[in-house]
Amino acid sequence: MSVHLLVDFGSTYTKLTAVDLEEERIVGTSKAMTTVKTNVLDGFNNALEKLKNANPNMKEITAISACSSAAGGLKMVAIGLVEELTVEAAKRACLGAGALVNLVFSHHLSRKEIKQLKAAEIDIILLAGGTDGGNQECILHNAKKLADAKLNVPIIVAGNKDAQDEIEEIFTKSGDEFYIVDNVMPKLKQLNVKEAKEVIRQIFITKIIEAKGIKKAEEQTGEIIMPTPEAVLIAAELLAKGHEDVEGFGELMVIDIGGATTDVHTIGAGFPKRSEVIFKGLQEPFAKRTVEGDLGMRYSANALVSLVSPYEFKQYSSYEHDISAAAKKRHDNVDYLPESEEEREFDRALARICCDYSMSRHVGQVEVVYTPLGNMYYQTGKDLTDIRYVIGTGGVLINNEDAKEILREVNQKSNKKLELRPSDPEFLIDQKYILSAMGLLGQKYPKLAIKLMKENLE
Amino acid sequence: MKTIVIGVIGADVHAVGNKIIEHVLTEHGYNVVNIGVLSTQEDFINAAIETNAKAILVSSLYGHGEMDCKYLRENCEEAGLSKIKLYVGGNIVVGKQDFKEVEQRFKKMGFDRVYPPGTNIEDAITHLREDLGE
Repeated sequence: MSVHLLVDFGSTYTKLTAVDLEEERIVGTSKAMTTVKTNVLDGFNNALEKLKNANPNMKEITAISACSSAAGGLKMVAIGLVEELTVEAAKRACLGAGALVNLVFSHHLSRKEIKQLKAAEIDIILLAGGTDGGNQECILHNAKKLADAKLNVPIIVAGNKDAQDEIEEIFTKSGDEFYIVDNVMPKLKQLNVKEAKEVIRQIFITKIIEAKGIKKAEEQTGEIIMPTPEAVLIAAELLAKGHEDVEGFGELMVIDIGGATTDVHTIGAGFPKRSEVIFKGLQEPFAKRTVEGDLGMRYSANALVSLVSPYEFKQYSSYEHDISAAAKKRHDNVDYLPESEEEREFDRALARICCDYSMSRHVGQVEVVYTPLGNMYYQTGKDLTDIRYVIGTGGVLINNEDAKEILREVNQKSNKKLELRPSDPEFLIDQKYILSAMGLLGQKYPKLAIKLMKENLE
Repeated sequence: MKTIVIGVIGADVHAVGNKIIEHVLTEHGYNVVNIGVLSTQEDFINAAIETNAKAILVSSLYGHGEMDCKYLRENCEEAGLSKIKLYVGGNIVVGKQDFKEVEQRFKKMGFDRVYPPGTNIEDAITHLREDLGE
């Protein structure tokens, strides 16, 4: 009698996953074009009809949970003081909450930067700077600049506690919508993004959904509870950690190659594994997400090929391509589907580059220090050499026979010795595209979500 | 409470003195931000900016301190830390050299206080009180 329906309002497709709670199985999945411009419910109803037609015996739907990345997803700006410290902490809070970070600013905001802010499409601003008891002057300057700019965008203040009262006065006076939360870096190098992430989600639920015309969906689906990337991160964390007596997979990575971006999620501490390695820099989040805006198969195809020389491109493909023309074709026609083997190989090459480059940027690096006591190493970022599972998701990988071969690009490479990449992971593919749905389901039924992921990732 | 950044500069892993300095400064009422061993100039400067530190205490025991400390004052100026006090102590030069000369060299490099090997950390606290006020 009870089917829990999980909905993902994506930028292109509205995807449904129906889970039978009693029989503990996935009944079916379906998708239809997202219809944000007219009525978002049209797309939802189309998908629902497909689902019902394909599964005529499906039981009654008793609950619906939804996430969304439609209408451009959640766009944020991260502002902090020092680039490697509070700026990075602010950025990680945004990414962890499932946002795209479109602009990043450090130190004192200038007029030019305020202009950039005004010109950009932004949903939320995250303002950080200074440890608790540390620098106040910079965050106060930036708060005043933002107040003067009259941006009409919600501002989350997550900086030096000592400056909170004054910032409260500044934004109360200017009439800006603002939220004061715990400092994202209360002590040097200590990361604390929990409250900031919660408030981002709250603003997303209450404001952003409405502004993007997705609110209407809630008439039928119940509250849209989080941005899609956050749902994926939650699913990954659940699968890694397990829940109560249900064991998890241990440290793992999820890589999602899309048309515009490549997302990498890793669950694991990533601490140095040897005593001669010393960790440097800001504390890493246990569940970490990075997003590469220039690595994508369609919208970002031009940017992607500009990263590699024609000579380097040959390492990713067995054909001689007219690289810039092939990339332009994909950029200009984002629905493009390859028809010939050569075109398919070009897509595979793009996917390999997405994997390889996103991995270089996500994983930690070591650097040798020659000391009188012998070689020591600095490690910045996570050591992911022992990651046990790498899970591929996103249309490109799911629909590709060679998905696992493409994913092999994440592995350790002889020419990238200092990168702490996975050494010998097992590869799994999210064949039914259920990860975000399982993140949603896991909010209420964590054990069932883990079970279904274990059964359906191949 | 005044914030002081401490750490061991360069490819130097001597951690014991560093811990003692942290302990004694904390006991004397300072907010100590200890960035630990193997720290670069950048680490000291970034820490001082975010924490609004009033002084940086650089330790070095392995003899290469002079090279590691070169341009620290200039780099602080560049990062907007023009008022910060810079102290340095330990075995900060190669071999046995006349300390008076060493002190002069480091003062020329922009350090406010320079300490020879075997200094009691209490001496530095007296100077911190003088330089930063009670």
